[in-house]
Amino acid sequence: MKLVEKYLDKEGEGHIVLIPEEPEDMWHAYNLISEGDSVRSTTIRKVQTESSTGSSSSNRVRTTLTISVENIDFDTQACMLRLKGRNIEENQYVKMGAYHTLDLELNRKFSLRKQYWDSISLERIDTACDPTKIADVAAVIMQEGLAHVCLITPSMTLIRAKIDVSIPRKRKGFVQQHEKGLTKFYDNVMQAILRHVNFDIVKCILIASPGFVRDQFYEYMFQTAVKTDNKVLLENKSKFMLVHASSGFKHSLKEVLQDPSVMAKISDTKAAGEVKILETFYSMLQCEPARAFYGKKHVEKANEAQAIETLLISDNLFRCQDVNLRKEYVKLVESVRENGGDVKIFSSLHISGEQLEQLTGVAAILRFPMPELEDDDESEED
Amino acid sequence: MSRHRDIRNMDYSDEYEGYDDVYGHSIDDDYYISPSNRQFMYNRENSTRSSEDGIKEEDEVEAQLTDTEKLKLESCIDEINRILGSLNIPRIDLVDFVLTNKFDVEKAVSAILDDPKFRQTEQSERKEKAPVQPTTIQPTDPESVKVVASTPKTATNVTKGFELPQKDLKLNSTPRSQSPASGRATPVLSTASDGAEEPRIGKFRDTKFDPQQLYKKERGEEKEHLYMVVIGHVDAGKSTLMGRLLCELGQVNQRIMHKYEQESRKLGKQSFMYAWVLDETGEERNRGITMDIGRFQFETKTKSITLLDAPGHKDFIPNMISGAGQADVALMVVDATRGEFETGFDFGGQTREHALLVRSLGVTQFAVAINKLDTVSWSKERFDEIVNKLKSFLKHVGFKESDVTFVPCSGLTGQNLVSKPTENGLSSWYNGPCLLDVIDNFKSPIRPISKPFRLSVNDIFKGTGSAFCVSGRVETGTLSMGDKVLVCPKKEYAVVKSLSIDEIPKTVVFAGDQATVTLSGIEMQNVAIGNILCDPQNPVQVATRFQARIVVFNVTVPMTKGFPVVLHHQSLVEPAVVSKLVSQLNKSTGEIMKKHPRFLGKNTSAIVEIQVSKPIALELYSDCKELGRVMLRIGGVTIAAGLITKIII
Repeated sequence: MKLVEKYLDKEGEGHIVLIPEEPEDMWHAYNLISEGDSVRSTTIRKVQTESSTGSSSSNRVRTTLTISVENIDFDTQACMLRLKGRNIEENQYVKMGAYHTLDLELNRKFSLRKQYWDSISLERIDTACDPTKIADVAAVIMQEGLAHVCLITPSMTLIRAKIDVSIPRKRKGFVQQHEKGLTKFYDNVMQAILRHVNFDIVKCILIASPGFVRDQFYEYMFQTAVKTDNKVLLENKSKFMLVHASSGFKHSLKEVLQDPSVMAKISDTKAAGEVKILETFYSMLQCEPARAFYGKKHVEKANEAQAIETLLISDNLFRCQDVNLRKEYVKLVESVRENGGDVKIFSSLHISGEQLEQLTGVAAILRFPMPELEDDDESEED
Repeated sequence: MSRHRDIRNMDYSDEYEGYDDVYGHSIDDDYYISPSNRQFMYNRENSTRSSEDGIKEEDEVEAQLTDTEKLKLESCIDEINRILGSLNIPRIDLVDFVLTNKFDVEKAVSAILDDPKFRQTEQSERKEKAPVQPTTIQPTDPESVKVVASTPKTATNVTKGFELPQKDLKLNSTPRSQSPASGRATPVLSTASDGAEEPRIGKFRDTKFDPQQLYKKERGEEKEHLYMVVIGHVDAGKSTLMGRLLCELGQVNQRIMHKYEQESRKLGKQSFMYAWVLDETGEERNRGITMDIGRFQFETKTKSITLLDAPGHKDFIPNMISGAGQADVALMVVDATRGEFETGFDFGGQTREHALLVRSLGVTQFAVAINKLDTVSWSKERFDEIVNKLKSFLKHVGFKESDVTFVPCSGLTGQNLVSKPTENGLSSWYNGPCLLDVIDNFKSPIRPISKPFRLSVNDIFKGTGSAFCVSGRVETGTLSMGDKVLVCPKKEYAVVKSLSIDEIPKTVVFAGDQATVTLSGIEMQNVAIGNILCDPQNPVQVATRFQARIVVFNVTVPMTKGFPVVLHHQSLVEPAVVSKLVSQLNKSTGEIMKKHPRFLGKNTSAIVEIQVSKPIALELYSDCKELGRVMLRIGGVTIAAGLITKIII
């Protein structure tokens, strides 16, 4: 993302002009834009014109519109962001108050105006515009008959392909069927890798599985690559890395990212960091339950006592429709920071973020043990 | 006879061209094979034969032939099968005919068709010879051959052929199928005639049969059937012990054993030669570890045992769970070698986890084989030390002390497997039962036959022809050929085309059986591993959310709300999330200690809500014990076992 212009007044009101450059920037934009904001961007609109004789013709015009956002849609697979809202600036083609859906496009600037820019949003812009590009990682999590091909970017984990094939088990005299099924499965996975992984961008491809599936697959892939003279694979052989995972399900990615050899290679990706923090939280819960809290009420109580050392919070909470609720969360984050605590904002598109989201979305590791708040329990859980 | 035919649907031209009454039998109330379809049916049988032929071991007669003769023989047999396509003549007889007629197909065919009586006498002659060579083929029962032989004759004497008691056939086929030397093709063929007989059984089904009675009738005279899973830490010698046991029992013939010995030596893994009996894939043999469940059948004095050889490596525990889920009893193998037992037991080895798993899967009878005692020179102290350690642990896990037996043995040297030990070191202090006797002493559980039918699919594979087969354990109830079943959770109907147990066609299968079911009327893609086949009248429940009472094992990370887990339910493996912690219970009394706990630490008991990503078929534990159990695992470790208490849709 490129920051083109930033104008904020003392109250925090103002506008910022940004140019998204990568699909991931759309995700950042999705997290920045909330309902009620106004967005100005160039777009294509079908305009109907009526001539003096009464015949009407319609043609598509590229024009710049400013809308007040009412609805936000994000497609994680295509990384498309759609903003629906009313036009708030009269234009030669579009009347005031007419509905329009803006499709944010890559490499086209848009300007975002907010009533109030809070620290979370500003921080998001800083991270999004950070020029030190961090390695993209592709990972294949597999077990016999099941594989997930995913791309891990700093703030997103995208499942690009899921291969689910039933492989006949070995049985007396029917070993061929088992082996044939396996070969077919490996072939599918290999095709998925070739289709979805861009070897120019990806710095490292992790192949993770329980048992020997990864070794067998790796062997199969390169044998086939040699046979078919697949240059792309052969040239990038060094980028492949074999790691252990306990199953082929998506959440095993957590184990993969915790693997020390992977950590060393991709240590600066957000995904790995998040996994580590969440793990710390869980181990704290095991060893010293009075120092690990989760749930909004508990965490707020802990914050009042200035006890929070690390706050784990899902970015999903900042996307909520309710402005006041968002404000509460922003306040929580700010006050933790004021008290010298550390705040980790988890991306809800990562595996660890998904887990945190299930765990009410907010958790905290405390500096000192606090009595458990038994009474609140009942009302807390819905 | 003709009253069973569906006259309206009859194809008269077929009728006059020797339309057998056998086909008339296959017309059934809710499912029938129309005469125009029958070609298809029989082609399937034929192709079974040809595909089997490729794999089968040669029998004695064939072994004496030269290569060219074998080829000739093969082509003659194919030719005869083509001509007499609808007949199911055991291969062994075909070979005889071909050989006596010097590879002349015409003559052989006419000889087969000519004189059933001649065949009958010939058969009984061979029967007399049989006991001399126990590992080779036991000849087909004369009566069953009569069935076969009389089929080509006109419809008049067919009835006579089919009157023979069903049990005889069953009994005959079982021992034969056990002898690997007999070749797998033979039992399949001879019992294919048994399959043709199915509609007769179908008839009782219509008359509201009592499953218990049917069970008695079908299985009353057979040995009790028992499924035994062999578990233990990786490299404890499970496969080797079982391979050796099978060899000692004469289940594996010398020639194959010799082959394994040669080949394993070539790989420099001679000590794995016995394990190769059960580890069949190249991958398993090269690496020297079992990866998927291996199966084998053998018989003891009073029981017929199906052996499930589970992998010990921790990455293959999902496979082990699906195997243990099918078992009635468990045999745990532990390595007595110094240091090895300790790694398997104390330091995060699989000995503990496996014991916990089989117990949580409902196995109550348990035996421990203390293997490799030869490495500690048959020391009694070592044996006692291990027994004491295991005893206290197993008691803690929940096995009754009376249900657990300990046997010292050695798989590689074959001591104390099928007979009393000969080694002085062992026989001086041990005079208990040998391993085979221990297995024989297991009691077979009561099978829930009268409950509605449920079968959990644990394998799907292409059958011969266009059909496909699923195999799995019949959890409850009975299933007969021609039945309609509902495949849950997709709720698709399918029709049972044929049934078999260990390659032997059956007409009815009962709870506890490990059956292979050929389905029709459903696409292969619509059936997945872990699906449940059930009775359409009494379908199994389908849900994505349910409440379970769980016991949390020794976990490093506490379980919280939103905890992702891998759910194992029968052979199903699904990602799931613990969506809610309802209450924490007192482990012994089951009283609610705390509502909505924040987390569940180690060794706690609780009621939780579990959410699965897509609908699964399940049952309340109170309705069906088999389908009411779940296992939760994460990161390669079993963290909890649970019983389904409430289904929330």
